[in-house]
Formats: sequence, structure tokens, C-alpha cells
Amino acid sequence: MDQDHQQNYVLRTIEERRVRLVRLWFTDVLGQLKSVAISPVELETAFDEGIQFDGSAIDGFSRVQESDVLAFPDANSFQLMPGVTDDDELTARIFCDITNLDRSPFQGDPRQVLKRNLSAAAEAGYQFMAAPEVEFFYLASDDLGSTPVPLDNASYFDLTTFDENSSIRRRTIQRLEATGIPVEYSFHEDAPSQHEIDLRYADGLTMADSVMALRMIVREVAMASGVHATFMPKPMEGVQGSGMHTHVSLWSGDTNAFWDPEDPYGLSGVAKGFIAGLLHHAREVTAVTNQLVNSYKRLVAGFEAPVHVSWARNNRSALVRVPVTKQGKEDQDTRLEYRSLDPAANPYLAYSVILAAGLKGIREGYELPDEATTNLFQEGSASGGELLPQNLSIALDEMERSELVQDALGEHIFEWVLRNKRAEWDAYRSHVSSFEIQRYLRSW
Amino acid sequence: MNPLLLWPDPPSPDVVRVLDLAGVPWSAAGDEAAARAGSWSGAVVVADDDPDAAFAMARTLRRSDLAVAPLLLVVRGTHVADLADRHDVFDDFCVSPFHPTELEARVRHLLAREPGLELGPEVIHYDGLVLNVETYQAAIDERPLDLTYMEYELLKFLAMNPGRVYTREVLLSQVWGYEYYGGARTVDVHVRRLRAKLGEEHAALIQTVRSVGYKFGESRWGT
Repeated sequence: MDQDHQQNYVLRTIEERRVRLVRLWFTDVLGQLKSVAISPVELETAFDEGIQFDGSAIDGFSRVQESDVLAFPDANSFQLMPGVTDDDELTARIFCDITNLDRSPFQGDPRQVLKRNLSAAAEAGYQFMAAPEVEFFYLASDDLGSTPVPLDNASYFDLTTFDENSSIRRRTIQRLEATGIPVEYSFHEDAPSQHEIDLRYADGLTMADSVMALRMIVREVAMASGVHATFMPKPMEGVQGSGMHTHVSLWSGDTNAFWDPEDPYGLSGVAKGFIAGLLHHAREVTAVTNQLVNSYKRLVAGFEAPVHVSWARNNRSALVRVPVTKQGKEDQDTRLEYRSLDPAANPYLAYSVILAAGLKGIREGYELPDEATTNLFQEGSASGGELLPQNLSIALDEMERSELVQDALGEHIFEWVLRNKRAEWDAYRSHVSSFEIQRYLRSW
Repeated sequence: MNPLLLWPDPPSPDVVRVLDLAGVPWSAAGDEAAARAGSWSGAVVVADDDPDAAFAMARTLRRSDLAVAPLLLVVRGTHVADLADRHDVFDDFCVSPFHPTELEARVRHLLAREPGLELGPEVIHYDGLVLNVETYQAAIDERPLDLTYMEYELLKFLAMNPGRVYTREVLLSQVWGYEYYGGARTVDVHVRRLRAKLGEEHAALIQTVRSVGYKFGESRWGT
């Protein structure tokens, strides 16, 4: 895979297809997509010398000194982006790696953090594959002054006839597929106007890039129809929130390292170690997989979201689920599903901590606890094992004590996340909610 | 454009493959009578199995009344010395086993000298699929495909060898190169992305060969 060939391919394609604008994409620590648009003539220089910008303008990129950083386009991630409508000009996007001025990897760049963790997996002999199920809501508007209004009242798998949603969703999927993000399934989810798009698995870096692109494409296509799409984990009280259940597997070459035909569960020692690692460190990584104050309104009993640290085969109330595989396809399909993750997470950081926790379980030979056999949604908390952190503040306490998370994220991002999220919690803590007004104002 | 004369008849499948992929028309002629029956843009004479018969055929073709030119001889390395006294019967030669790229380059070079014969840029055609190797552009049914570099390289590799089944490992080493640390699953991911971009009606161009790997289209030379 020759770097020069890739760059030539990109430069030549831009010329042949008359691309007018190249968007350099990267991600801040919170997982917001950032973009610098350059003219195609600048791209060759960008490959060679990087594009310099002031990192302190980006959340999580700030440091007291040396705030200037370089963005180097990753030619392998180059993708032409057809317009949302046919009249739109053809543009191209390309993900960037951020470096310091001396070209050493910039500690605050989430994409490089994931690359580092993927390399650690590769050194241990594994390739990390991920496939997310991304849930989101379509809302009539993004007016902050009113309660969110869904577009329909349909439910799980409903095929609605008069349903503008599904036409928006169809166009979204076409656009995803056209830009190299294969969709496995998509359907109407449980709650009104809630939809789910399941992506076909890919290696961790490609998938994190894809999640970033997906969030933008979903919003962009919705906006073209005057609809607002939101990945907020729990936009409406009383209905289920949006998760991003993520299926993960480790591969050694052509072999699924999670599968063992001799094991009664079909799970290899590697898989068991990975699950044990996930469970052992689950509370520590939750501030990363569920990073918003609002994330924890989803992680409550009764709404199909995990509440306890537990694992099970085909039990949807568990935090780690081992899905039943299709018969005869076990060697391909054996995988784990991590179910606390929500779609507002930074996918680079979330995959980093999930992978680090799993690898640690394998490396240190953690013992896999017993499978949860009862429905944890209905059982009281007593039998369900440890609870996941119940709010962002508890999750941050757990994270702060975690060597694993600190190593996985690197000190720069680790500290920045703690500082930024503590501030978010403090702002929330002093907020007087409508719950309080309604409950207390007249009674007291 | 007149076809290239190929000798012997049936012609070498390796030569045929190169010419077909390069889009050069050809026709096999096994003897002088067959050679006289056609008009030729040149000839490729393969001396692999029977060098003496091949040199005799080359000499026949170069007789002034036939004058098939230019003429490319394909000879085994062990027979290169035999060419020493025969410079008048060929314009260029190629040592076999040859690399397809070399043979193609020599044929192009020979034909480029011919007035009125112009070959376009290197283009791979298969059904509705067109891959321009020089400009890196791909299109299906005249719709441009927005491919990433690796998707393009994988499609090009597969389309250059229709009907051949490749394992994931071979694709990984041939297309991605040995230094790539990703696993063989990478191939699946890219195939799935390619199929998505080819669109539903063309997705079947890349077929999964269960427990082996992948193949593209069907061979045009039989198997």
C-alpha cells in the first residue's frame, strides 16, 4: 500500500472529477466533527506539509503552549461526496491525523488515540472489528423552547404507509452506501419517530470514521427535508432512548479469535477474557461510552437499556450480550455486543476503551463470571450484580480512578475529558428542572 | 484496425489474455494459407513449444509478398541465442515466461509505429464496467463510481482477471501489500463496500466463493 500511489490516486481523481472543494475532517475530543475546506490545488501541499491551524480553537485540543497543530490528510480515507440534491457540486472529504509541529502524533487527537490502541491489538495478534446499531430520532424541529415532537407514532419494525420518515431514511441509506458505508439493516425502532441503522462490520478505525460520517449524513439528509435528526441519548421522557449497541470481534488473520467449536458456548478463551475485561472495567469506561448528563437518563430500568454489569447469551437486558449465531456460520458470526454505548459517544475514544478493557481481560486472564439468566429489566437490582454508574458524576469518579482509561486515552485527553465533563456536571447540578418546579413549587 | 496474427493456432492463452485486456483485436493463423486469407496489423509468434516451426513461420510471414509487420517473437530464455542469426524475421522479441505487463507494453510499442493505429489509454472493460488505468477512473453503465483508493485497486485487480478465484490472503498480499497489518477480514469489508457502490444490479459481478474467497465475473477464455 504505497503512500505516493494513494496520494496520486486522490489528486488525479479530484482533477478528473472536477471536485471544487475538499473537506479535511477531524474530530474533537467530544466527538464533534470538524472540517476545514481547502481548494483542490492545496491538497498536494497538505499531503506533504500538513495544514497548520490553531488547535486551541478546538475543544480538547487546547494546551497552554504550542497550540498550533498540523492536519495531515489520510489518503486512504478519501471519499467523494455526492451532493444531497443532484444540483449540488461534487465535493470530497478526507479524514486527517493531527500532529504537533514536529510531526509527532498530537496527544489530543482522538483518531490517533484509536490508532494507537488498534496497533496494541495488532501487536497482540488481533484485528478489532466493530459493527454499531445506531439509533436516533427524527423530530419536527430543533426548537429548544418546546418539547420534542416526533414525526410519527409508529413502533418497532412498523412499516408505515404515510411515513415521510421512511423516505428520508431510504435516501439516507442510499447516501451512506454510495459513500462506502454499507448498511446491514434499517428499521423503525420502538419509540415514535425513532429509527435504527445497523452498519456492516468493518475494522475499528474505518468504523469510527463511518460513525462520524453517518451522524453527519443522517442530519444532512433530514435537514434537506426540513426535519431535525438527533442522536441525543434520551430526547423524550417515557419512551426508550437511543443507544449505539456495538458488536465487536477480534480476528487473527482469517480466523475469528472469539470462536471455539469445542466450547459449549462456542466461545474461545479469548472471547471469555474479553468479556471478563469489559465487565471488570465497565464502570470505569462508562464516562467515555456515555459521555453526556443526558446519557444516564437512558440507562434506567424498563427501557431496553442495560443497568447492571452483567453478561448473557441472548438476554437483551445484559450489558454484554453474546448473540446467538446463525447455524453453520459460527466461525464468521461469533461476536459480542456491548449495549451501554450511546450514539452521542466519541466513537474513536469509545472503541479505544472497549478494546483496552477487553485486551486487558485477555492478557491478565480475568475469570468470566456466571451468565445472567434472568431478565434483569424486571428483577430487582439485588440479583443483577453491580450497577452501572447512575449519573455522569459517578461515572467520572470511576474514570478518574482508572489506570486503564488513562492508558487507553493518554494523559492529555484523559485529563481534558475529566475537566470538561466535571464542568458539564456542575452546570447541570445547579440547574432547576421542570421536575422540581412541578413537584415542589406549590407544595412547599 | 486489422487484427494481430497469432501463431500457433490455437494460440497461447496467456498471450490472448493480455491482448484481450488491452483491447487489441487478434486472430489465430496456423499456416501460410490462413495467413494469406487475412489482413494483419502485425503478428505475435510464440516459439515456446516448437522453436524451429516458429522461426519457419516467422520467415514465411516476412516474405516480401506477405510482409506481415511488425512481428513479435515470444521465445523461451534458453532459445534467445537462436535469435542471433535471425534478426531479419522479427522486429522485437519477448522472453517467456513473460510478465503480462511486458508483453502488453511491447505490443503497444510495436503497434504505435503503425500509421493510423492508435490505442487509447489502458482501459479494462467488463460488461458495463469500465476502468481507466491511467486516470484511475471507474464507471458502471457510464455512471462514475466514487471509489476510495483501495476499493479501486481491489476492483482493478479482480477485473483484470475475470473468472479467477482468489483467496482473501492472496488479495490482501497482492492488493494491499505484505506490510499491511490488517487481517483478511479487511478484504470482506472492501468487497461489501464495492458491491454497495456498484449498485444492486451489478453487485453480483463480485461473487463470494464459499470457503475460498472471491471471483470477478466469468472467464472469457473458458476454464
